[in-house]
Amino acid sequence: MNISHEWLKAFVPHALDAAAVRELLTAHVATVEGFEAVGAELESFVVARVVESEKIPDTRLSFNKVDDGSGELIEVVCGAPNVTVGAKYPFARSGTTMPGGLLIEKRKIRGFVSNGMLCSPSELGLGDDHDGILELTTDAATGTRLLDVLDLSDARLVVDVLPNRPDLLSHQGFAYELTALTGVAKQMPPELADLPATPKPAEGESEAAGRGVSVRLESTADCPHYCAIVIRGVTVGPSPDWLKRRIESVGARSINNVVDATNYILHGFGQPVHAFDLAKIGGSSIVVRRARSGETLTTLDGTARVLSNDVLVIADAERPTALAGIMGGQASEVTEGTTDILLEVATFSPKQVRAGRRHLGIATDASYRFERGINDKSVPRVAPIAAGLIAMVAGGTIEEAVNVGVEPPAHDPISLRPERVSRLLGDEVSADETARLLTSIGFAVHKSGDAFQVTAPSWRHDVTLDVDLIEEVARLRGYDRLPDVITGSRPSSVPDHPMHVVGRRVRDALVAHGLFEVRPLPFTASTDAAAALVRVRNPLGDDEPFLRDSILTTLAGRAEYNLSRMQGDVRMFEIGTAFVAEANGALSEEIRVGALVMGARRPRHFTEPDPPAFDAWDAKELAELVVRTAWPGARAELSAELSAEARAGETGALWSLSVEGTVRGHVREITLDAPVWAAPAFGVELTLGKMPAAAVAARGAHDYSRASDAAPRPQPVRYARLAVTPAAVFDLALIVPDAVSAAQVEQTIRGSAGELLEAVLLFDEFRGDGIPAGTRSLAWRLTFRHPDRTLRDKEIDGRRSQLLKTLDKEIGVRARTA
Amino acid sequence: MTDANLTLHDFTALLASFEAEAAPAMTGAASADALDAVRATYLGRAHGWLKDLSAKLGQLEKADRGAAGKAFNEVRLRVEAALEARRTELSPRREAGTLADPSMPARRSWVGAVHPVSQVLDEMIEIFRELGFTIALGPEVETPWYNFGALNFPPDHPAMDLHDTLYISDDAVLRTHTSPVQVRTLQAWAPPIRVLIPGNVHRRDPFDASHAPTFAQVEGLVVDEGITFADLKATLTHFAKRFFGATKTRFRPSYFPFTEPSAEMDVLCGVCDGSGCGVCKQSGWIEILGSGLVHPSVLESAGVDSEKYTGWAFGMGPGRTAMARHGIPDIRILYDSDVRFLSQFAR
Repeated sequence: MNISHEWLKAFVPHALDAAAVRELLTAHVATVEGFEAVGAELESFVVARVVESEKIPDTRLSFNKVDDGSGELIEVVCGAPNVTVGAKYPFARSGTTMPGGLLIEKRKIRGFVSNGMLCSPSELGLGDDHDGILELTTDAATGTRLLDVLDLSDARLVVDVLPNRPDLLSHQGFAYELTALTGVAKQMPPELADLPATPKPAEGESEAAGRGVSVRLESTADCPHYCAIVIRGVTVGPSPDWLKRRIESVGARSINNVVDATNYILHGFGQPVHAFDLAKIGGSSIVVRRARSGETLTTLDGTARVLSNDVLVIADAERPTALAGIMGGQASEVTEGTTDILLEVATFSPKQVRAGRRHLGIATDASYRFERGINDKSVPRVAPIAAGLIAMVAGGTIEEAVNVGVEPPAHDPISLRPERVSRLLGDEVSADETARLLTSIGFAVHKSGDAFQVTAPSWRHDVTLDVDLIEEVARLRGYDRLPDVITGSRPSSVPDHPMHVVGRRVRDALVAHGLFEVRPLPFTASTDAAAALVRVRNPLGDDEPFLRDSILTTLAGRAEYNLSRMQGDVRMFEIGTAFVAEANGALSEEIRVGALVMGARRPRHFTEPDPPAFDAWDAKELAELVVRTAWPGARAELSAELSAEARAGETGALWSLSVEGTVRGHVREITLDAPVWAAPAFGVELTLGKMPAAAVAARGAHDYSRASDAAPRPQPVRYARLAVTPAAVFDLALIVPDAVSAAQVEQTIRGSAGELLEAVLLFDEFRGDGIPAGTRSLAWRLTFRHPDRTLRDKEIDGRRSQLLKTLDKEIGVRARTA
Repeated sequence: MTDANLTLHDFTALLASFEAEAAPAMTGAASADALDAVRATYLGRAHGWLKDLSAKLGQLEKADRGAAGKAFNEVRLRVEAALEARRTELSPRREAGTLADPSMPARRSWVGAVHPVSQVLDEMIEIFRELGFTIALGPEVETPWYNFGALNFPPDHPAMDLHDTLYISDDAVLRTHTSPVQVRTLQAWAPPIRVLIPGNVHRRDPFDASHAPTFAQVEGLVVDEGITFADLKATLTHFAKRFFGATKTRFRPSYFPFTEPSAEMDVLCGVCDGSGCGVCKQSGWIEILGSGLVHPSVLESAGVDSEKYTGWAFGMGPGRTAMARHGIPDIRILYDSDVRFLSQFAR
């Protein structure tokens, strides 16, 4: 909402400057976001005097020498007929940008240099007069700022009016607040003194007829109040300067006297009004009704619109002539030839205007206000002002008025216990102060027993509860007056959400491991027609209308983004939501971690200029890292047998990943749209937990209130005595059939090597020469240690042969010979 | 075979010939692999020459064994030293250069980073933790009731226009704010409640320099007996001082359907100290968060007695804070996941 400082002063003749008003409104009413000096685009224009002038032969042009106060005479070519030596004019120096956007530059015209421009009113945006340059009647010296000479001093306050305060969508609305804040009484703006009077209207509840026009309301629910006023004999033409200035001061464009007058009422009083050309209203009758399906109307903006029963229209005897509360029709528009006007001042149902506005997809200043709710009682008060203003600026006679409608329902009184004000605000507010503040903005306060009965004024639809009243008291007193003391508090009954605790641990572990956390968008395109992704019904674009069901899908896209920017070393992870469509159609949200690595395993260094690239074993490390961080003490197991989830979608899945026997994720090589120089990408994705989506049943029944669902915590470490005896180490090179996994061999070793076995390390894998087909050679280094003495060679040799026997017997694994 | 059939003299000669052969073999090994083979021959645990020699110690007169053992160990140590010396010479580190120039770069590991938005979230959470807040989370796909109805949004009202909503179906929306978790928390737990609710929220906003369809929000909720607006103001002012180092805050009237009274908090612009600059759009203040006393109808929706309990709530966007703090000009940079951007935030 644009508020003109000067216009507001016409309502409340206060003595504050615009900056002070800005502070006051922001602190107590609504935030003033912008602050513009009106005429700011004229900042660099100066007053200049023509010193010499000569005609350029065979043209309308003159060549002039101009004193702009700079000490040098400037050469200027001018096309205006009224250049007079000795007179002063607005001057744009070379380098000035005109309000229309034109940049004034040094030019050559007909062989004459022109180094600036003398300006007409229209070129300055000060009206339509472009017949000649603007002669200034001023004593000001040349070089003076034009703004100091013209009476343009005003400031525009751009206020952020939120949906609960439609009463602030006018100068009058802010006038109420300013009166309460400054104590300066509100008045009718002086420019509206001595308006021509409006005759007593013909009245009716749902219809009425005057001498010339009739009004009928199909439903007083859709249109509670309609006032039609006939003004005959108007002359449509330019507005007087004061009205133009008001209209332009709020950033609107002056159109003609009649339209400007209606806009004055809109911005001044918050009441949208509309002027019809009475001659174009068939049968001189107004019917407010729902449109019939299929009816059409061409609106003021030239668009032919097909209407429906959702749309409320103003119709004449035959057809719709305007969209009620939204926009007028082109056919009944006031034009230069208009002499008789039917002025509409009405209230329409907010719901109905919203429905029509949405159906047609247009929004206007009028619909914006009706939708949010205008003052229920404004019609009878504003109608004569609007009619009088038109008659004042456009001439003509106010002939008659027809006033149809029902009395708006009064607001229900609200019961307010004064001590509750103090109790909620945490500061002592006396009952008297509460009553005084509420009264100052138009609320009626009656004492009834211990409580107040408070009735909101007709323009305040947003106040219905005692807390609403308390807010009024709080803001008028000023939030800054509340004490700034933190009081003691009881500890929260809510435990930390396990997904937060686990997610944070996993995140920190992956960052410590050298990966970057990312927070990309969770939307995705469908890459596979079969994928059952959750679709957004109204996506902004059609390129990514689905919610992802995999974090790695997102990370793959981000890896490709990096490759496209020549970044081949990518290590990233995200802990986020995967949206999984369940078989039964329900949607489940899984909190997952996805990690992707690609490129060099270590930074390049002069000792290792070409470090190896990440491979699947790095992905396995990440998988194990995440598992032991999320579930301390749990074992991660990888299996080449893929889960359905791992198989679905993209190719490249390598292993499924289970934690304590439950499949929770997978490891895959990620297929990317990659340039030739890119290294392969590997990823792991793992579900940390589910986010319960169903309504919470009862207090205490929350999913994570049960101990088993709390974040897993590490068992405390048990100290192990540090060995002082030497270890005995030997290597076992084994021939392992392909059907036997390394884990099986290791399990067998651990199972039969006895308690003195301290460590087992798989340090080599070899296939090829000398190794039978269908087998591979794996080598382990085994460390034995006795806690109290040195192990003898014999003991070690015994264990070695015992181990080999067991391996052969249990899993068919033998020692590699030679 | 413990009979003494080997003299100390013989044994010493054996030791000498061993050393005479082994040491040059070590020094002369041409590569690490060759060195390993030499090692196996002479020092190998299973079949090496030295092993054979150690076995011969037992064949000496008992009286000679002490001196022989001592000689044996001296030889062993010398040969092993030759081995280690050669190993060091052959190691790639040694080949690449000398250690005389310590200005050569250190070997480094990859360094990861927490996303800048998460860093901001962490710091915010840290401050509220000190004030006794715990962390609550909730789903991103919500029912319209949790997202709007329970939060006192009037049906079909312009207030809804502030939240351009992405719908999954008539019964499911992507939450437009973290506030539904207020209701879920109030349903699940009895006061006293002091929770912080971080999470992603979604709006039907175009993805441009200053908007993203998904962004992080963090919300706070306090509900107990005797909670007042002054508590809200004091706590959030404390936060602003701690987090922003703000010298001054102000509260302005605002509107949210789920709080009443509602207020927005600004901090004095740290760049211009309130005199107005480009960062604060000439206002002198930076908008930080929206807040207010929990609307009684929200408490009642969640089954909390609004006569007995009162509360306050606030919400803010760590993304904007991260952008302001780091001078990030375009919000999309936060989502692009360019590693050159992310690596700037390593700590």
